Amino acid sequence: MKKLTLIVALFCTTHWLFANNGTNRDSIRSFPMNEYVYKSGNTNNPSADHSKFAILQQPFASAHDATAACLSCHTERDKEIMATSHWHWRRSEMLEGKGVVSLGKANIINNFCIGITGSEATCTRCHIGYGWTDSSFDFTDPLNIDCLVCHDKTGTYKKKPGGAGYPAESVNLNYVSQHVGSPGRENCGVCHFLGGGGNNVKHGDLDIAMLDCSREVDVHMTTDGENMSCVDCHITEKHQIPGKVYALSSENKNRTTCEQCHTDKPHQSTILNEHGLRVACQTCHIPEYAKANGTKMIWDWSTAGRLDEHGNPMHENDADGNHNYLSIKGNFVYNDHVIPEYFWFNGIANHQLITDKITTIPVQMNTLYGSYNDKGTHQKSHAPAKIWPVKVHRGKQIYDTVNMTLIQPKLWDKESGKGAYWTDFDWNKAAELGMAACGMPYSGEYGFVETEMYWPLNHQVSPANESLKCIDCHSRPNSRLASLNDFYLPGRDFNPIVETAGVSFILVSIIGIAFHAFCRIVFGGKCKIDNP
Amino acid sequence: MKKVYLYKKFERFWHWGQSLLIFALLITGFDIHGTTHFFEYSQAVAIHNISAWAFLVLIVFAIFWHVTTDEWKQYLPTAKNMKAQLDYYLVGIFAHAPHPVKKRTLSKLNPLQRITYFALKIVIIPTMVITGLMYMYFNYPILEFEIESLETVAIIHTMGAYLLLTFLIIHLYLITTGHTLTSNLKAMITGWEVVDDEDVKDIVEEAVEVTGLKIRPVGRTRQSHEELEELVLNALHETETKVKNKKLKGQKK
Repeated sequence: MKKLTLIVALFCTTHWLFANNGTNRDSIRSFPMNEYVYKSGNTNNPSADHSKFAILQQPFASAHDATAACLSCHTERDKEIMATSHWHWRRSEMLEGKGVVSLGKANIINNFCIGITGSEATCTRCHIGYGWTDSSFDFTDPLNIDCLVCHDKTGTYKKKPGGAGYPAESVNLNYVSQHVGSPGRENCGVCHFLGGGGNNVKHGDLDIAMLDCSREVDVHMTTDGENMSCVDCHITEKHQIPGKVYALSSENKNRTTCEQCHTDKPHQSTILNEHGLRVACQTCHIPEYAKANGTKMIWDWSTAGRLDEHGNPMHENDADGNHNYLSIKGNFVYNDHVIPEYFWFNGIANHQLITDKITTIPVQMNTLYGSYNDKGTHQKSHAPAKIWPVKVHRGKQIYDTVNMTLIQPKLWDKESGKGAYWTDFDWNKAAELGMAACGMPYSGEYGFVETEMYWPLNHQVSPANESLKCIDCHSRPNSRLASLNDFYLPGRDFNPIVETAGVSFILVSIIGIAFHAFCRIVFGGKCKIDNP
Repeated sequence: MKKVYLYKKFERFWHWGQSLLIFALLITGFDIHGTTHFFEYSQAVAIHNISAWAFLVLIVFAIFWHVTTDEWKQYLPTAKNMKAQLDYYLVGIFAHAPHPVKKRTLSKLNPLQRITYFALKIVIIPTMVITGLMYMYFNYPILEFEIESLETVAIIHTMGAYLLLTFLIIHLYLITTGHTLTSNLKAMITGWEVVDDEDVKDIVEEAVEVTGLKIRPVGRTRQSHEELEELVLNALHETETKVKNKKLKGQKK
């Protein structure tokens, strides 16, 4: 009996030991770190005070003059800029089945504002240049570079709506150019937070709230903590900023990763580190996105064009104050605190180009490749596919029902009557002009097709104690990975035959025992109980 | 009725250690499988892994013990008395018929136990160990080799767990079918098993015979039947006298 007590005691002790083995976050700096210098105590002293340079004190007749002033000292930087995809809005990408394509914001189709062609002057408000109004823009003229949008430290620099990248008239170019520095999150955020026509519309994990947010929203950028800026991770050399969003990219290269600082074995637990071989860090550490403000989940262009009783464009808002209808754009659905969808992803994506026929519905705007069996041995990715959290943006957008291609409509123009949809509300005319600008045929017949666009999540990393727990995936029936069915996941999966057989064995033996014991008591009459 | 010391210290330690570990492995295993929720998932995994390693160590010691003591022979299956044993459980037990197979030092197990434990040791446990190690080490390419899919390994491991649990349930019930409801349990805890008086003689004779067989004259491979008989009878007689004297001394005190 003593032994039994001992056994029970031992078991309880083990349980207690493990129950008390909670996460200890006493020192965040105990994480293994690569090539990262903690910012606290680090002072960033600029080597020059730009307000003392005479060339920046002379009046600038135009923004180009300001650029000329910058380049007069910072020679050669223009060549660096003009070698970037931030400048060209396109780069060489290898697409599976399509070969090498020059692809980027300049020519890609998405399921937000569809594409820039025909509407350049409004879209290129986010271009790091001046004057991209149409295909005649000179990408070789250094004076077309906009240095200030990225290097402004005053917060007063603004580009003009519909101004093809030129600054608003209110901007004091002397004041701005005298107060320049390394890009902060405000500089990047003005386009990367606000792209797609509003805050956090596109990414879902890049939000204007990240200018000043809590640890819960973003553990890296929080102003309560490490207060990191974009370029602390997107480590830039010669103006080449690594880190690519798969809305535009296709190849597994030049990526910004968690591992570059945290190493590929960041956990104390071996099992968790092993998970990292097939599960992206982001999957567990970004349990939800759009944590501060909503992001656009659905965009239905097919309902656009409804005008109010005076024939004017109108808008309707949802309870959170987000648009859910705009005459120029159709219906939207926003959501916040969204649980991601999960995909196998090996770092290689494909894109539905404007020249591609529609073969599947919904149309996959940027197919993410990968599967459980994709273990990296024969893939161009040279790495196994991992489970990634993804924001899926679902759209319904215009396509050519005869040619079976997506349509690039002309959406914007300065004046009405020029055929832009946002002023004239005529899809047919907009499609004709937009496709002509792309050099593509248009049959004259259009419809609306469902599309999906995939945004792998990277930002808004949560504090460790809010990361996913084992049972968020290893459970039935509410596993987050319920849709990834090409592999066996312990805790979620089982073989019905084995389960039925196993439970039957147990039931049959219990019933047999019960029956046997019953017979022993009844037929045995005086059952021998402990009589020596 | 007499008690005979049948289960040695290590044997009992091995049995109870094994039972504790299998119990822990079953509970945490079914937690990991998603059937039960006794522990938090990560704790279940941790306990399961630690228990698995402890079990492996115990298995190594058990194999060593079985080989060095020749105890492994106890588990060789035999068809002899198999039917009688089945008849006992299905019929005889209800009429308090005597156990058809008597427990002996060299044959502690009845034929049903022999075949069951043999299957357990040769098939089930090795299967669980091998699939368990594959689960731990080859699910990810950390040892330069990776299984194609966890599915087969996991399903075999689960099947083994169900079989072990079924065994455990029946085993627990059969504990009550000894001399008395608890005599089997007591024997496995203390080592002392209750036997009938007439069996004691057999057990003693068996012990002496075994020893006798391990003695032979120098220069010859075996001794004659008569020589052995004489040796055994003398030994029996002397042992009887010694035991009597010891008991007498004990009474005087």
